[in-house]
Amino acid sequence: MKANKSTSVKKADKTSFGVRLKKDVCKNADLYVLVMPVILFYVIFHYAPILGAIIAFKDYTPNLGIFGSPWVGFKHFIEFFQSASFFTVFRNTIVISFSSIVFGFPAPIILALLFKELSNKYFSGFIKTVAYIPHFISVMVLCAMIKQFVSDTGLIGLFVNNITGGNTSLLNNPDYFTPVYVVSEIWQTMGWNSIVYMAAFSAIDTSLYEAAEIDGAGRWGKLIHVTIPGVITTIIIMLILKLGKVFSLGYEKIILLYNPMTYEKADIISSFVYRKGLQEFNYSFSTAVGLFNSIINFIFLISVNKISKKVSDISLW
Amino acid sequence: MYNKSLGSKVFDGFNIAFMILVAVITLYPLWFVLVASLSSNSEVLKSGGLMFWVKDFNVNAYKAVLFNSAIWNGYKNTIIVVIAGTALNILLTAIGGYFMSRKGVMLKPFISIAIIFTMYFSGGTIPFYFTVRALHINDSLLSLILPVAINTYNMIIMQTAFLGIPDSLEEAAKIDGARHSRILFSIMLPICMPTIAVLILYYGVSHWNSWFNAMIFIRNRELFPLQLILREIVITNTIVEGSNDFGYESVGETIQYATMVVATLPVLLVYPFMQKYFVGGMMIGAVKG
Repeated sequence: MKANKSTSVKKADKTSFGVRLKKDVCKNADLYVLVMPVILFYVIFHYAPILGAIIAFKDYTPNLGIFGSPWVGFKHFIEFFQSASFFTVFRNTIVISFSSIVFGFPAPIILALLFKELSNKYFSGFIKTVAYIPHFISVMVLCAMIKQFVSDTGLIGLFVNNITGGNTSLLNNPDYFTPVYVVSEIWQTMGWNSIVYMAAFSAIDTSLYEAAEIDGAGRWGKLIHVTIPGVITTIIIMLILKLGKVFSLGYEKIILLYNPMTYEKADIISSFVYRKGLQEFNYSFSTAVGLFNSIINFIFLISVNKISKKVSDISLW
Repeated sequence: MYNKSLGSKVFDGFNIAFMILVAVITLYPLWFVLVASLSSNSEVLKSGGLMFWVKDFNVNAYKAVLFNSAIWNGYKNTIIVVIAGTALNILLTAIGGYFMSRKGVMLKPFISIAIIFTMYFSGGTIPFYFTVRALHINDSLLSLILPVAINTYNMIIMQTAFLGIPDSLEEAAKIDGARHSRILFSIMLPICMPTIAVLILYYGVSHWNSWFNAMIFIRNRELFPLQLILREIVITNTIVEGSNDFGYESVGETIQYATMVVATLPVLLVYPFMQKYFVGGMMIGAVKG
């Protein structure tokens, strides 16, 4: 970043922006041509949809098109805020997201710390190989496995039903939706997410451990005084990233697992957008909900980042 | 080495036991799917989800799967998308990462910010759907390739790898009269092969596993990727054509397990060979944050 600044300052010698830009484009013409497909990709598949989101403020009808449809202002937003779904999908998004963070965030950290204490190289290699596998299982196969395991003839379904006296698949009971979602999430991501922390461990200066040993620190002492301080930045950055995504919780797993019986606890903002838009064809309404979600999400991420910067001096940018 | 205290040894014991437990919990669901796919339907139903070995061995489920033309077709479509999609991914990600790692290019900071902004803000599902339809690539495999041609996070990993290469290399190539395309493809990329390997794995697996875009863009069943066929069999429980030849009753649930195995095995077979690369790749990502 610094090097960048100094070169641009050097170049700035009194010529106007236009002249400098022209010179730069001439000098780097081949670079700009090379990068053109990348820019086109972002314009078409990221910025065009952002522009297309104006249908949130219109009554979109296919034969009038995006630009021809009449403006209606905030009608769809107001309709959403006043609907019963507003509270439900908001609450569910927050409940599922935060449960995933509360139970899922510490898991890979603890796992990485325990990996680190394994002294047998082969055993630790084997365990790590096994732990990363679920990451490669597709959402579809994961959901198929969940369906089988929590069904009334599956291992977990039978176990829980035995205790509670239930007799259907756990997926038909709204109260089990979040636990099923969170547990399967941890199963799939715990091992893979631990890699980041192990990478952070390996960046810790080994002389710190030697110094701690000389000072008489045992394994616990080294953990508290060297390892944890060494990875706290990574932990906080990962936490910011997770918190920043609270409202952008994905729909893929949700729409494969939920059903009308469990909507009250399982329907989240993104699955609601999908259902209203692509299954019920309320394009404008659905776009409004999606846009509202994007904005909330963006504001939330910036706030989390700001707070973190103030409290711990660690931030994403 | 210091002498381990008793407490330390006890901890080691517990740690190893816990790790074995983690391994069992991780592997058992996958193992169950495998043994169930090779057992008879009635045994699987009787097992109550607890099965450690194949019972009443038979391969009827696999016969039903392999004689199902929809699955073969799905395989074919998925392989086309994985190969063509990943090739395009790598090409564009390399170009984008290279551009973002250049210094002293005036428009670069502006373009970089515009790109990174898209990681945090999007127009939403519906406008994205309309964009793809407006391009008339829906109901074609292109709709599974072009809209996901670049993953910005992966491009940042690529950028980080390029930033690690000393500037002097580019300077020397420029003095020799090399243009940017040559510097990127003949000089920089060969140095960054480990990162490319990681990105091939990331992109390849994500193409293999993706299904949502196919579900919303593709109507023609001939073009369904494997994951969508899998969805019909295991999630929506649509009976597969062809399975009747073997009597659906005798196959029943086991065909679901067999399809899951068939759809997952290729990824799991490639995985061990790529493992040494992706740990390194994650570290690159981690350093950048």
